[in-house]
Amino acid sequence: MAADEFENGYEVTGRDFANAGRVSTAIKDTLKGLGIQAPIVRRVAIASYEAEMNLVMYATHGKIRLIVSSESITLRVEDEGPGIEDISMAMQEGYSTATAEMREMGFGAGLGLPNIKRNADEFEITSQVGRGTRLQIRVYLPA
Amino acid sequence: MPTIFQARRVLTLEEVGRLVGAQVYLGKDLSVPVTEYGASDLMSDVLALSKPGMLLLTGLASPQVIRTAVISDLCGVVLVRGKRPGKEILKLAAEANMPVLGTELTMFEAAGVLYSAICTDICTDK
Repeated sequence: MAADEFENGYEVTGRDFANAGRVSTAIKDTLKGLGIQAPIVRRVAIASYEAEMNLVMYATHGKIRLIVSSESITLRVEDEGPGIEDISMAMQEGYSTATAEMREMGFGAGLGLPNIKRNADEFEITSQVGRGTRLQIRVYLPA
Repeated sequence: MPTIFQARRVLTLEEVGRLVGAQVYLGKDLSVPVTEYGASDLMSDVLALSKPGMLLLTGLASPQVIRTAVISDLCGVVLVRGKRPGKEILKLAAEANMPVLGTELTMFEAAGVLYSAICTDICTDK
């Protein structure tokens, strides 16, 4: 492990709409504090916020792990939840299984996963129906 | 869908507020220049399409608007159609130093007023 490596974990509670976004705001502040360039901080924060909203909207419980190395920033998102039946459908812009309540908050328009992917240099997703979903994204840091 | 474009004439937040007859709910320093504008109720669209420093016009008065504005490095939020910010919105906005204005105008009217004001080479009546 490099000396400048930073790692931290955050818990997200499903249906806790009042706190939705708190973790991503903390992640953003942490990255800013580490002196990461603003455009990169913004990309990670947007990906994190969309992932956090997904946890709050769909999962019962979730974790976000932030790993910063000298080469990249990694977000590992894991949840206990319903899982995603068809990942290729979920990756399509506009495809959504959101409820009216989610849409009233300005989310659930089927843009979450595509938005996460757009901001990531590497994007991996796996899911088990009835168990949960794992997502890992990486954003490269300039050398 | 939001409309996002580069301003031809740069206004400050204070000037924007005056043009749409806004009430300032929060914002100590309104001398910030506004270089980008967007109008949307869909936060995922804002996260996908906004640029840093953008001013957001929205009819959505939920804490997620402030979270989205902070995450996306926006310069401020204008609530349209007379929507009032709740306590949670003002608390979050104060913590993040995010200006919050409100106007009685509809989104269409507010966007129209600002569009005419900044696109001086397109619009002839300003």
